[in-house]
Amino acid sequence: MKLDSKIPAGRLEEKWENYRSKCKLVSPANKRRIDVIVVGSGLAGASAAATLGELGYNVKCFCFQDSPRRAHSIAAQGGINAAKNYQNDGDSIYRLFYDTLKGGDYRSREANVHRLAEASVQIIDQCVAQGVPFAREYGGLLANRSFGGVQVSRTFYARGQTGQQLLLGAYSALSRQIASGSVKMYNRHEMLDVVLIDGKARGIIARNLITGELERHGAHAVVLATGGYSNVFFLSTNAMGSNVTAAWKVHRKGAFFANPCFTQIHPTCIPVTGGYQSKLTLMSESLRNDGRVWVPKKKEDRLKPPHQIPEEDRDYYLERMYPAFGNLVPRDIASRAAKVVCDEGRGVVKSGYAVYLDFSDAIKRLGKSVIASRYGNLFDMYQRIADDNPYETPMKIFPAVHYTMGGLWVDYDLSTNIPGLYAIGEANFSDHGANRLGASALMQGLADGYFVLPVTIAQFLADEIRTPPINTEHEAFKEAESQVGQQLDRLLNIKGNKSVDDYHMALGKIMWDKCGMARNKQGLIQARKEIQALRNEFWQNVYVPGTQNEFNPELEKAGRVADYLELGELMVIDALNREESCGGHFREEFTDNGEALRDDENFNFVSAWEFTGTGNDPILNKEALVYENIKPSTRSYK
Amino acid sequence: MKFTLKVWRQKNAKDTGQFETYNISEVENEMSFLEMMDVLNQQLIKEKKDPVAFDHDCREGICGMCSMVINGHPHGHQKATTTCQLHMRSFKDGDTIVIEPWRAKAFPILRDLAVDRSALDNIIQAGGYVSVNTGSAPEANAVPVPQDMAEKAMDAAECIGCGACVAACKNSSAMLFLSAKVSHLALLPQGQPERKKRVISMMKAHDEAGFGSCTNTGACEAYCPKGISITNIARLNREFLSAALTSEYEL
Amino acid sequence: MSNPLAANPYSLKWLGHFFSSSLGRKLIMSLTGLFLCLFLFIHMTGNLQLLKSDGGRAFNEYAYFMTHFGPIKIVSYVTYFFILLHAIDGIGLALKNRQARPVKYAANPKGSSWASRNMAVLGTIILVFLVIHLKQFWFEYKFGTSVPSVTYDGTEYKNLYAVVVEAFSQWWYVLLYLASLVALSYHLIHGFQSAFQTLGINHKKYTPIIKALGWIFSIGVPLGFALQPLYLFFNAQ
Repeated sequence: MKLDSKIPAGRLEEKWENYRSKCKLVSPANKRRIDVIVVGSGLAGASAAATLGELGYNVKCFCFQDSPRRAHSIAAQGGINAAKNYQNDGDSIYRLFYDTLKGGDYRSREANVHRLAEASVQIIDQCVAQGVPFAREYGGLLANRSFGGVQVSRTFYARGQTGQQLLLGAYSALSRQIASGSVKMYNRHEMLDVVLIDGKARGIIARNLITGELERHGAHAVVLATGGYSNVFFLSTNAMGSNVTAAWKVHRKGAFFANPCFTQIHPTCIPVTGGYQSKLTLMSESLRNDGRVWVPKKKEDRLKPPHQIPEEDRDYYLERMYPAFGNLVPRDIASRAAKVVCDEGRGVVKSGYAVYLDFSDAIKRLGKSVIASRYGNLFDMYQRIADDNPYETPMKIFPAVHYTMGGLWVDYDLSTNIPGLYAIGEANFSDHGANRLGASALMQGLADGYFVLPVTIAQFLADEIRTPPINTEHEAFKEAESQVGQQLDRLLNIKGNKSVDDYHMALGKIMWDKCGMARNKQGLIQARKEIQALRNEFWQNVYVPGTQNEFNPELEKAGRVADYLELGELMVIDALNREESCGGHFREEFTDNGEALRDDENFNFVSAWEFTGTGNDPILNKEALVYENIKPSTRSYK
Repeated sequence: MKFTLKVWRQKNAKDTGQFETYNISEVENEMSFLEMMDVLNQQLIKEKKDPVAFDHDCREGICGMCSMVINGHPHGHQKATTTCQLHMRSFKDGDTIVIEPWRAKAFPILRDLAVDRSALDNIIQAGGYVSVNTGSAPEANAVPVPQDMAEKAMDAAECIGCGACVAACKNSSAMLFLSAKVSHLALLPQGQPERKKRVISMMKAHDEAGFGSCTNTGACEAYCPKGISITNIARLNREFLSAALTSEYEL
Repeated sequence: MSNPLAANPYSLKWLGHFFSSSLGRKLIMSLTGLFLCLFLFIHMTGNLQLLKSDGGRAFNEYAYFMTHFGPIKIVSYVTYFFILLHAIDGIGLALKNRQARPVKYAANPKGSSWASRNMAVLGTIILVFLVIHLKQFWFEYKFGTSVPSVTYDGTEYKNLYAVVVEAFSQWWYVLLYLASLVALSYHLIHGFQSAFQTLGINHKKYTPIIKALGWIFSIGVPLGFALQPLYLFFNAQ
């Protein structure tokens, strides 16, 4: 199938402006008659639902948490980028665009990324007006800090809780629309399928997680803002409930899944300590502004107390390998370098998987109080989890799965290939290419939700003004509902011997070992077989307690893990297919002196996978990436 | 480590509920409290029993979903800590641990330790926002905000909406939660236009939800995982009195 | 949208809403409480006349003045009213607050002072004491026939002093007073500073002063009261 990305014609800087000037509109009177479903209430979902509500659409918003304020965007720490150039350090929309595209290792669309950079400026204005308490200078103006992969200070932040404050801003806007009646909120509801009528997305089947009841919800269009799928690795920095189910269900119904193998491994997380561990905790990338990453030069020093290792026996490997960016190289590079030194046997904990992040120089230079004011809450969090005082001993950190650049394929309108079905935020694949820069996820989620989707969705809805409210008695709804019910029954009736978590952990191990920070052909082939076998076993031997018609968290988990067991295979297939190294996708066979070797000649495209049945080979559709404004080069941070 | 757990079990909102006692071993001291609960649930599943339902999500202390009263302490005995960030190393091997849900009329129990906290959402919906439509915002640096004000607003805005203040308060009052939101917006210039209307309607929503009133015991502050101060409640009182007495808004 | 304020005609309805809101009811507690603190202070200092070794003349003259001077009579009626209001509103609030938690904890959260959690209990003790106290002195003085007379400089006074001395010669009566004063002290320890918090007075610079004053007041005033029965009791021995 030919993929049409619908990128508007014209000069890069004018595409979005022209698009907005010429696009279709829906009149206020008609908006009242149009229903839109938004699934997810994180930065993208809440901002989209609120804005669509403000515009006058009837919106239904769904989240599986007990309140929209709890979506996992809340955990983002470091900040949000915007090309405001308040620091007068040479920043511009173009530079943000360029940094993002380069940081993504030239695997994203120019037009989308430029639009993102343009919207970044408005986002800050919007958030400040909502009362987001960003950090400020003494003069009362907004403060900035720098983040990995860039040489300007363009990151706005609210202590170490930027995601929380931005989400609470979007949540407050959403709350206002809920109060006004334009948005109806469904907490503790999980979308379990999309309903297609005549090829268009016309509603969803959702399970009320309190009563277990299946509900049909119709709408003229459906927007997925359901986040990423890092939890396929079992251990990740995502929330326990973060899942791929909504995205996977629409993929099964025909939506293409793009670049699934592009996963981001965040370099600064607290290392794994035991087999019981349920999740990993991230320490903001902003720590690398003042912290220096090192391991001992000699293997035999690795378990020595760090203060006993003299300066000359320490290897500040990021500063050594990448002198231009030092400790502030992009995430993929920092993570891989940590893996390299740990694979050499120089990891600083028993398991061998940790490196030091040392603040002693910064404390000497700036004083403890300055460091405390910058990172106090992060240090406290570290101390609570690791039982170690980072003011005195260096933090121990190791990379962990954090974000997924891949996701549902969308065009410039953020529409999937199913008409009326949109994907925004981390759920889509579009803006970060093969690697996302720090402080860009918040920017993309809010750009999509506040400024892009509310405009682009009108292209579809303008032709739907004559469509009456969707009738949920339609055959398609009945069928979808009965299929969802059947799958739940099936899960409950296996009555096997292993728990859902047993399978999830086993899948996570396969993914981390063979499709994690480094991948190779042999491992990936092996991984696919293992995943298939694990999936078969799951469907024969999983034990899900309880019944369908009750509050049953194990049943929720079982459905999510069932989908991960299919997604995992697709990720492996995609990783196997992409015979190059770029961004978060590092194939050991394709390197140049240990650095990633991109192959623009053969792989300068988006892999958009089409579902053909569980366990079958999916169909690969390619969207060629066209660079008209910048020339892809080898990414160098040396 | 080994523990005896007395856990509140309740099938649904209508069930009366009771404590069940479980013995659990193979707990490691690096485990978080919720990871210990995971171990218990895995044990129950292996025995083909119903696992304990409890709310949790981010497990890094920010989403506000986890909610357990542990030996009479909302979020456990450790100061400024959520349940998910409480570690087993702070308990003694062999301890008996009593685990209860948040208890308040405004927070009906859904199952076991999971409660319905929509009442907190309702309070925010009553006015916990600045009415600014997308696109209509002025340039971000147009209005300077004194740094100490911004910091104070941030102190209040850190509230994670977990409801521990309600759980801790002998009156099940949500005043700390309410005051945090009112303070956050009252301290910023962006919050001024709706300042009086906001505090009046949010206070009304608070009372209608069935929360009790504040008797200044300070238990909320003591158990708040984010250390939100009751000076915010004083500010709320000030805001409410001033709005009630000087504005023309209906109470 | 039309002006939401325009819909409100002139009306007094807001007063009802204001004083029935959770904060309005707390405001009543706070203001009446502070007034009663003032009353306690005056009552206590006035009663120090009991300690004079003049056979009770100063005290009896003081009692006469307090019950016959017009403005003070008005204030005393206000005081009675505020005591009732404070008690009724307090009981109402306590009952309402209990309803906010229909199922109790097996282990109750602490994190607050004992006094702050038991204001209603302490208040009830004080209320019971007040009934006994008023019956014994105030009611007898005003309406009773048991109070003997005494004449100073040709004017007849009721000899309340004699009644007081008589009462405090009994050890159990002194103990009852002391116990009630302990309850009062705890009630004040929380109540004094809490009243300011309810009024919204919380400031880095001034709250420590209020707290210090609160402690001095909460211990000083009951101590002042306690001196009187103790002095009379041991004097009588």
